[in-house]
Amino acid sequence: MKNNSKNIAPTVLSVSDLKVKFVTPDYSVHAVNNVSFSLKRGEVLSVLGESGSGKSVTLSAIQRLLPKNITSVEGSIKINGEEILTMSARRLNQLRGGQIAMIFQEPATSFDPVFTVGQQITEGIRHHAGCSQSEADKKALELLDLVRIPSAKDRLHNYPFEMSGGMRQRAMIALALSCDPMILLADEPTTALDATVQIQILLLLKDIQKELGLSIIFVTHDIGVSIEIGDRIAVMYGGQIVETGNLAEVINDAKHPYTKGLLSSTIHANSSGKRLHAIPGSPPNLSNAPSNCSFSERCEFANETCKNTIPDNVKLGIERFSRCLRIGVWE
Amino acid sequence: MFSYFIKRLLYALPIAIGVTVFVFSLVYMGGDPLDAVLPDDATAADVQEIKEIYGFDKPLPVQYIRWLGRAITGDFGTSIGTGLPVADELGRALVNTLILAICSALTGFPFAVFLGTLAGYNHGQRADKIVSGFAITGVSVPHYWLAIVMVIVFSVELNILPSLGMGPGGSEDWTLDWAHAKHLILPVIGGSIISMGIIARSMRAAVAEILNQEFVRALRSKGLSESRIAYHVMKNALPSILGVVGLEIGSLMGGSILIETIFSWPGAGFLLNEAIFRRDLPVLQGTILVLAMFFVILNLIVDISQTFVDKRIIRT
Repeated sequence: MKNNSKNIAPTVLSVSDLKVKFVTPDYSVHAVNNVSFSLKRGEVLSVLGESGSGKSVTLSAIQRLLPKNITSVEGSIKINGEEILTMSARRLNQLRGGQIAMIFQEPATSFDPVFTVGQQITEGIRHHAGCSQSEADKKALELLDLVRIPSAKDRLHNYPFEMSGGMRQRAMIALALSCDPMILLADEPTTALDATVQIQILLLLKDIQKELGLSIIFVTHDIGVSIEIGDRIAVMYGGQIVETGNLAEVINDAKHPYTKGLLSSTIHANSSGKRLHAIPGSPPNLSNAPSNCSFSERCEFANETCKNTIPDNVKLGIERFSRCLRIGVWE
Repeated sequence: MFSYFIKRLLYALPIAIGVTVFVFSLVYMGGDPLDAVLPDDATAADVQEIKEIYGFDKPLPVQYIRWLGRAITGDFGTSIGTGLPVADELGRALVNTLILAICSALTGFPFAVFLGTLAGYNHGQRADKIVSGFAITGVSVPHYWLAIVMVIVFSVELNILPSLGMGPGGSEDWTLDWAHAKHLILPVIGGSIISMGIIARSMRAAVAEILNQEFVRALRSKGLSESRIAYHVMKNALPSILGVVGLEIGSLMGGSILIETIFSWPGAGFLLNEAIFRRDLPVLQGTILVLAMFFVILNLIVDISQTFVDKRIIRT
């Protein structure tokens, strides 16, 4: 029932054929290659991948936060049908924070150290809503209550360095929610936190998501976290989404050797009693555009075709894809 | 917050006392202080009499306390060279030096901050390279050499700017008009060129570093305008720039000997230079003491004002 209602929910964000390349005189990196996905209203999409798989770059590209002078971005990113990549800076600044908000990985460094947390929350509210300082203060107070920060009133006057890591991340979430965004981009929001605090923040995000009906893209390298929060999952490798689908389907019946490898190399609910396996080798060098299956170097099932053909998305069901040339052969 | 101010004030105290001890002992550093004033054929009785007049016959600690007591009340003794009270001469000279320092701080420093910001925002690009080139030149070129070259070009060859004194006809009563302002231009440029280089470089480094920080991305992500983000960047750069500007104002006040001498600017540096050549110890002592105290107070002000901008400083 839950999934049915999501299938008919409108698409709020669609990314198609996104390519991000960093070019400097010294090196070039094809960080994101032909990434396509969509996000529905009220849906949580977990993007799972290791460091350098392009997941954070994809997220930054959605808000056009990548450094302009060294980045080339191709493809299309549409929010409610409106193209982000070509819109004016003015329109972009309305959307940033207003419609699409971001939660950053390091709460310690993503607050400006010389402004109070309250000032930083209210300046966004005033910028987007154009309201008075006292109205913004009131809203900020409600937000801190929403993210369950105790004695919120005093906390508004705190500087970021006067808060603990978990408290700062709660404040960061409050800041992200301050202008009632439709889409939340969460860039490993729990990675920098203690394990116990991680779970608190995760549960908080989940509660708030349900309460407000938010759409979230949750980027993480932690398979446990992505299972905990996601409705759908997209597994990234070498700047590509190698497998995507409904969370339960992907976890229980992985259709890409990399997903399979990830699952068997991590401890999670389905892994009890099984032996852990490490994926051999290291992530691919992205200095050239892909010319084959980027996982073929490390894949135990790869054959000659895999090493010189770029795999297409193979449709396996409703919004269920795998980028593998040998589906069915290796299972 | 208040306890921090008290603590900071208490830190300044030993420095201030150290300065007074040093300045006091200047009297004895260059040999017998009376050599310069006494004629060669002075009798022992004359020497004794002079010693008593100046208090040199008392034990050192007593001399120090008496000297300090007088200095605190603004009495630095009498100039050996002119016979006038040191406080009067020094007061006039300090005002003149302050005029130079304030003009430099109000024109050159904001300009340097602007250039540094420009370079920091365009890190590694052409604007940065041009500004950095000027900044390095400013720091490396000997400022007295530059001053002399400017005199040759603008005063001697082109004859458009005066090179000597504070005003027309050697007038020492400074007023705000073009005739007097013309006299300021060359000394201000010569005196502040090094400071400008240092400030521009510090600002460039501060801005470039801040722009690289994650929170700037977070501010963009909030949808703030570039000007609002620039406000954040400036406030973050402020503590370190305050520190540098404070030091540079201090060096404008104290380090102006060469510039004031070249341009015959009757300021504290000029006075110091004269006093050194005349071995005029009371003037030397008074000038060094006041300049050093100025430095101590300036540092205190900088330290305290930094805490208003960045509250983290109090904790460390």
